[in-house]
Amino acid sequence: MSSTRFDAEARQGLAMVSPPLIYAVLMLAAPLITILAYSFFKDGYLEVIREFTLENYRAVWSDPIFHKVMARSLGVAFAVTLATVLLAFPVAYFLSFVVPPERKALWIFLITIPFWTSYLIRVFLWKVILGHNGVINSTLTSLGIIDEPLGFLLYNVQAMVITLAHAYAPFAILPIYVALEKIDRSLLEAGRDLGESRLMTFWRVTLPLAMPGVIAATLIVFIPTIGDYVTPELIGGGKMPMVANMVQANMLALDNKPMGSALAVTAMLIVTVISLIYLFLNRRFLRVKQ
Amino acid sequence: MTDTTATASATKPPAPRKAKSANRYAELQAAKPMIECREVHKYYGDYHALRGINLTIREGEFFSLLGPSGCGKTTLLRTIAGFEDISSGVVLIDGKDMADVPANKRPTNMVFQSYAIFPHLTVAENVAFGLRRDPRSKAEKAAAVEEALKMVGLAGYGKRAAHALSGGQRQRVALARALILKPKVLLLDEPLSALDRKMREQMQVELIKLQRQVGITFVLVTHDQEEALVMSDRIAVMFEGQIAQLDYPEALYSRPVSRRVADFIGVMNFLPVTILSEDAETVRVDVEGLGEIDLPHSQVAAKGEDDEQPMIGFRPEAMSIFPEGQPQTAPRQNGAVIDEVVYYGDMTYYDARLDEVDGTLSAPVRISMRNVFGRDIPDVGTRATVGWSPSSLILFR
Repeated sequence: MSSTRFDAEARQGLAMVSPPLIYAVLMLAAPLITILAYSFFKDGYLEVIREFTLENYRAVWSDPIFHKVMARSLGVAFAVTLATVLLAFPVAYFLSFVVPPERKALWIFLITIPFWTSYLIRVFLWKVILGHNGVINSTLTSLGIIDEPLGFLLYNVQAMVITLAHAYAPFAILPIYVALEKIDRSLLEAGRDLGESRLMTFWRVTLPLAMPGVIAATLIVFIPTIGDYVTPELIGGGKMPMVANMVQANMLALDNKPMGSALAVTAMLIVTVISLIYLFLNRRFLRVKQ
Repeated sequence: MTDTTATASATKPPAPRKAKSANRYAELQAAKPMIECREVHKYYGDYHALRGINLTIREGEFFSLLGPSGCGKTTLLRTIAGFEDISSGVVLIDGKDMADVPANKRPTNMVFQSYAIFPHLTVAENVAFGLRRDPRSKAEKAAAVEEALKMVGLAGYGKRAAHALSGGQRQRVALARALILKPKVLLLDEPLSALDRKMREQMQVELIKLQRQVGITFVLVTHDQEEALVMSDRIAVMFEGQIAQLDYPEALYSRPVSRRVADFIGVMNFLPVTILSEDAETVRVDVEGLGEIDLPHSQVAAKGEDDEQPMIGFRPEAMSIFPEGQPQTAPRQNGAVIDEVVYYGDMTYYDARLDEVDGTLSAPVRISMRNVFGRDIPDVGTRATVGWSPSSLILFR
């Protein structure tokens, strides 16, 4: 009896989620399948020859430029993730433990304000801040601290990390905040009651219990940054391409869709493998030792 | 018992009663003070949560803070644990002023209402949590953990994940985790309120046994008067941030100092009275339904709440009730009408109204009788005879 009842409920539930589900799957699957198919096709002059080949992948894996660009993408993504999560944790902690409950909604609202302007504009603003005649350089010059504008502020990896870390901060703050909110406050009192200082209680109780949020934040920041296109284009000044820029160049400028597709699929595979390894390591080792 | 509270000392501490606990009371009275609160006040902004708490809890005592929610009992417990700073006053534990001692340095441990079992640790890791700085070897610590688990009836559970435990098991883990540190005082914040009735009654007995076994001072916060009566050596009844009465369970039940305490502890019947006269020995009253009675001053509650109608109070078991016409041995007897009969198996509760002199009926009173095989239970709507003794009445004025 109960199983038929459950079936009825399950049917009802499925009926309710299926329209958005079908929409989402189609919109996600269709381009993915297209890209996957293209990556196995041959490239002719001005057209795509629909014959199966592994030549694109061979070319990608043996291309030293791809190695360099992929390594840069990974490096930037790692640096951005590390900086974002490390900076987001104190903010999330403050939000969860210090801000009085009736103010929390306001604070979360304030944290999401950067989303009111488009990503593109925010990236541009960083260009304004870091540029040759930008805010920092002109301020320092007018204060007489420097004579020449600093050249190392823009068009390099550090500038890209700063921009991306700022752009993804809310994505890191919110999951960590949610994990901290879920911690029963009496657990922290219990930690103190059992003889531990505030710091040790944080280390032995708060941090381990916040780890699910930290893991979520890490992946949410890492995965999109590795494929970011706008920041390398504007802040990197085109001199520091990441993998998305390379895909774009192949797809449009070089009109080599199979090659661009193979690059995209390869990058996707690398991200997937790294994420899985990260999750696995977490499950195995990242329990705080007692 | 010298500095308990002003209100408590108003009723004389009764002579320790009977075989069950006379020795224990004598021992506890001789024991050194473990917790002393002197004029403890606590404000949350404008809210005056604790209003001058004075009490002394002795070493090895099972002490309960009893009161309705919001009376300040949990605040007082958290004050002793060091989770709340006091606004003024002094808290001493084992003779030391706790003013500058943080929670993690106090010789107290707490069993939280939610048990606060660390969900990311196993049972054994939970119990061993406080042993980090313990100089003993790993093997010795593991043995101590196993011993503590055995003490609370969880031998062999060490490897289990904490989140897979039932409510009763969590509670035992919380106890083991606190007791393994051998605190001078164990604080229990409504530890049994989340358990079902049967489990709760079982844990009450186990907690008493455990307390006798380890000899540590237990301070229990509860809103359940029955739980407090069952478990405690002494009970402080709190209302609105003040101690209304601090006494032995028997004294609290049989000689409540105010109508409010009487109403909070168990069931108390109230009948309005007129005070006729008063002399050095007795107060003469006219009780609705019971007639004129002389009550010695020992049966008069000291504290009168202003402008209230004087009342006589008695417990349901202070009266007996039989079908009309059956002979009774009680010194005083009245006619009554039975409005309601509630059968509990071992007991029956009757709601009855007593005959007035002028032929009307009194306000309803509740009378309980232990059921005896072969004795008739009077029916609803019939007349009955109620037997009682003036010595079981208390005058609140």
